Amino acid sequence: MLKIEGLTAEIDGKTILNGIDLELPTGEVHAIMGPNGSGKSTLSYVLSGREGYEVTGGSVTFNGIDILAMEPEERAATGLFLAFQYPVELPGVGNANFLRTALNAQRRARGEPEVDAMQFLKLARAKMKALNMPEDMLKRGVNVGFSGGEKKRNDVLQMALLEPKLAILDETDSGLDIDALKIVADGVNALRGPAFSALVITHYQRLLNYIVPDRVHVLMGGRITRSGGPELAHELEAQGYGQAAA
Amino acid sequence: MNAITPINNAANFLRRAEGLSAPGWAVALRAAGRDALAARGMPTRRAEAFKYTDLAPVLNAGFVAPTGSRNVPPMPAQRGRARLVFVDGVLRGDLSTLPPRPLSDMAAVLGALTTPDTQPITALNASFAEDGLVLEIPAGEDAGLVELLSIVTDGAIAFHPRHIIRLGAGAKLALLDTAQGADGIAYLHNPVFEVSLAEGATLAHVRVQAEGRAAFHLSSVHAAIGAGATYDNFTLNAGGRIARNEIHAALNGAQGACHMNGAQLGTDGQVVDTTTVLHHAAPDCASRQTYKTVLKGRARGVFQGKIFVAQVAQRTDGYQMNQALLLSEDAEMDSKPQLEIYADDVKCSHGATVGALDAEQLFYLRARGIPADEARAMLVEAFLTEAVDGVANEECRAALDEAVRSWWAREA
Amino acid sequence: MPAVAETIEAVQSVTEGGYKWGFSTDIEMEFAPKGLNEDIVRFISAKKNEPAWLLEWRLKAFAIWQKMETPVWAAVQHPPIDFQDAFYYAAPTNAQKPKSLDEVDPELLKTYAKLGIPLKEQAILAGVEGAGDTPAEGRMPIAVDAVFDSVSVATTFKDRLEKDGIIFCSISEAVHKHPELVREYLGSVVPQADNFYAALNSAVFTDGSFVYIPKGVRCPMELSTYFRINAKGPGLFERTLILADAGSHVSYLEGCTAPQRDENQLHAAVVELVALDDATIKYSTVQNWYPGDAEGKGGIYNFVTKRGACRGARSKISWTQVETGSAITWKYPSCILLGDDSVGEFYSVAITNNRQQADTGTKMFHIGRNTKSTIVSKGISAGRGQNTYRGLVRISPKAVGARNFTQCDSLLIGDQCGAHTVPYIENRCMSAKVEHEATTSRIAEDQLFYCRQRGLTEEEAVGLIVNGFCREVLKELPMEFAVEAQKLLAISLEGSVG
Repeated sequence: MLKIEGLTAEIDGKTILNGIDLELPTGEVHAIMGPNGSGKSTLSYVLSGREGYEVTGGSVTFNGIDILAMEPEERAATGLFLAFQYPVELPGVGNANFLRTALNAQRRARGEPEVDAMQFLKLARAKMKALNMPEDMLKRGVNVGFSGGEKKRNDVLQMALLEPKLAILDETDSGLDIDALKIVADGVNALRGPAFSALVITHYQRLLNYIVPDRVHVLMGGRITRSGGPELAHELEAQGYGQAAA
Repeated sequence: MNAITPINNAANFLRRAEGLSAPGWAVALRAAGRDALAARGMPTRRAEAFKYTDLAPVLNAGFVAPTGSRNVPPMPAQRGRARLVFVDGVLRGDLSTLPPRPLSDMAAVLGALTTPDTQPITALNASFAEDGLVLEIPAGEDAGLVELLSIVTDGAIAFHPRHIIRLGAGAKLALLDTAQGADGIAYLHNPVFEVSLAEGATLAHVRVQAEGRAAFHLSSVHAAIGAGATYDNFTLNAGGRIARNEIHAALNGAQGACHMNGAQLGTDGQVVDTTTVLHHAAPDCASRQTYKTVLKGRARGVFQGKIFVAQVAQRTDGYQMNQALLLSEDAEMDSKPQLEIYADDVKCSHGATVGALDAEQLFYLRARGIPADEARAMLVEAFLTEAVDGVANEECRAALDEAVRSWWAREA
Repeated sequence: MPAVAETIEAVQSVTEGGYKWGFSTDIEMEFAPKGLNEDIVRFISAKKNEPAWLLEWRLKAFAIWQKMETPVWAAVQHPPIDFQDAFYYAAPTNAQKPKSLDEVDPELLKTYAKLGIPLKEQAILAGVEGAGDTPAEGRMPIAVDAVFDSVSVATTFKDRLEKDGIIFCSISEAVHKHPELVREYLGSVVPQADNFYAALNSAVFTDGSFVYIPKGVRCPMELSTYFRINAKGPGLFERTLILADAGSHVSYLEGCTAPQRDENQLHAAVVELVALDDATIKYSTVQNWYPGDAEGKGGIYNFVTKRGACRGARSKISWTQVETGSAITWKYPSCILLGDDSVGEFYSVAITNNRQQADTGTKMFHIGRNTKSTIVSKGISAGRGQNTYRGLVRISPKAVGARNFTQCDSLLIGDQCGAHTVPYIENRCMSAKVEHEATTSRIAEDQLFYCRQRGLTEEEAVGLIVNGFCREVLKELPMEFAVEAQKLLAISLEGSVG
């Protein structure tokens, strides 16, 4: 269970989040929809612990543990995964090396045994095949020279390998064509189950055709202004944020 | 243009040089070096080429000549088919697998590539020039990997080996040159390499400078590259208190190639300086330079790189990149890339960047669960990759990776 | 861009040949005796009826200058300059104000006409009584201060500018009317001891422009100075001081010409800019001093110190220069970025043809937090020209978050010229980011062929390509100057191909 209570946050002294309250029970997928500038990306960065986003009030617990006090990597090790809106390029860092380092760092943090290079390769190849990713993506630098779709697929591959408990998808649908969108959705849906939850942050309803949420929340002006079932997404799409959100 | 200083700042060295008796081959060379030092002294920071590196600590330190100790220190495993070993500045036939050859063999070409009057580090070497590695690879021969190793274990010695490497037409050689020393001894290692490549020859010259932390390392490579020949230099500049590596390379024949890559790793109180002067003196040559500097603590990094393209050097393709990563608030990087071009049909470019680790990249790694220190190490390694990947010889590459890793392990 | 038509026009005017601005005006002049000593400094000061503090300031500069040596680090070569074999003061003698344009020395009018100054403004410049402060028809008003050899001869649109509290006058006038401003800021950006030529200028400067833009005022028109060396012999030592008070904005244009003469003439100007909080100064130069002939005879030695201080937070100073003239150009318009979030810019085109030598660039001193600088330099070498970009980017430890981007491109036309790049990057701040890129290339055969296949002559094609090469810089120029600059580029490259 992810529990957000009265969360306020600012960037460079400017308040972006104005008191967010949200409960995401384990096993559910919730969508957060909102117009540009409503604080969607800020929320995902605050949850994942990015520097420069200062929490000024409220609390966030994940399965009862206060995550706001944790470093980004500690949050990752508790099972929190952020799918980036714009995955970063890491020239010179091989994709395979990166994935294995990340996997083992998390396993180590959880007191699990590390996987060796052979085991990892086998695992990665299987996951890549399922995601229809060419194998040479393992050899290239992380996201370097990847198309927009490939970067998102790489994020989904990471998610598949790291098997998070909570995935936060930060407008991961931006700039994706239908095929890539389906791959992302399949990746999330494959993990769906009683122990997995996801927060799908998006501007458009489109992605929610493929990842059907249990609940939809509207984020406006740094606050959740309305919550409802999946039908709320369609309502927003039809009427726009101005009308539907109030 | 050095102003005449009332007291010659190289007086300590001059006094010592004058007291030495020279073997026949060294008489003229040492005299030329002493003349240059006597006339101009060593440069101060007012000299353009030494604007960023102050040699005063070297000039004010007291050094002694190698004492001839017969220490047998632990040595890194031999990687090449042959190795010439110096211990405490003394050439050790007993520890070497490559029979030493005297410089007197090379009297005819000795000093031909250098100009001590304008190259102070070379002049300093000339004043004391001692036997070093003398290698002649006959035309067409592939000599494989040969090693040059210097280890200092004891004493504030100053040693000035002169190395001569000459490759005949089409000959090939990989040379791994490692300099190590104990921390806490303020010794001076001042080697000069004279490298001459005949037509179509290929030399891969990998230098691992990992001197002790109190040491001074002032080295200078002079390379004359013939038609169709390739000189491929990689220098890791990681040890010493003041470490300056100069490379003076000249592409003298058509279709020659010169690759100069390097990594500089600096930490508290260190000055690491790479200065390259590349002279395109013939048409259709290509040059590539990639230098990466990583600075921690109160380190100071210097890169000066000049590409000179003479009027005859039409269709020159020259590229140079130098990048620095500052890992601490107290580090300083000074860089001066320089193009001087007198030919019109050329493609020359240089680039320079200085900055900190990318916060977004760091966050991305941490968001995937990689601890901050490990993430930083990954990004630093990635930063160096572009330069290090230029080293094709696997043994050399392995030696290099090991040196970088041990630096990081020690400094992180 | 409208380069095609402009370039063709420009190349057509090339065939008219020679240095278009190489006229000399025969006007009665008053000279100080040849040579330089304390008496000459006193003479200049007395001639201008200066207050005692300024004479002292000059004498101090002269004393400093005498102890200094001619700088030798620039990549330019010239015979030693005999500073005693020059005149340091020359002024046109006009005892009485003319009543109408008819009474104005026709030679002076011709000069202005050749400078491209419209008639209405000519009247003002020539000092015609009652010449109005209304703009010439069909043209954006530009207020002009004309400096003729050593002296500012006239300033236009003064009254109109005064309504906004803007002061635009000669620096001599400012010394008398606004001594508190001049005294506070003169030498505050370029001190007397800054360098050899700045010290010389401080001792003997004769005139120049003074601008003060009050708090919050956006100057309603471009301010402009035309500098012209006319008399035979004298050096031109003008001094310009521009102060932009908090929240103000000004765009200033500087144009320069000189007649064709066999001997070299010296131009050693100093320009100081000060921008306070949120102020913006845009300073544009089209430098077209006489470059000397094809063999390198004559031409101006242009040794200029230009520097701006961004003292206030969020202030901005932007230098744009098109350097096509002078035998030797030695010039580094710089920015001291003191205020937090202040911005410095340097956009430069420098052309050297025939025997011209240019060593030019900029210095960006990042001191305040989050200061930003951009450097775009385009050097074009033709004939036997030597062109050097020399620049410094220095980031102090306090300049947290500072950013610099530098792009230096060189274009070579012909195999007898040289293009050089000497950037210095000194970074002492971890969070700062500095990027420098430099390229050298020539005009590609396929580019030329493409243009010629479409019907352009080789010279037209070169003009077109060069204008394209310089586009990033030219677009920074105010409209009035951009067209002139484009023409100048083509003219300066005359005879460089074929």
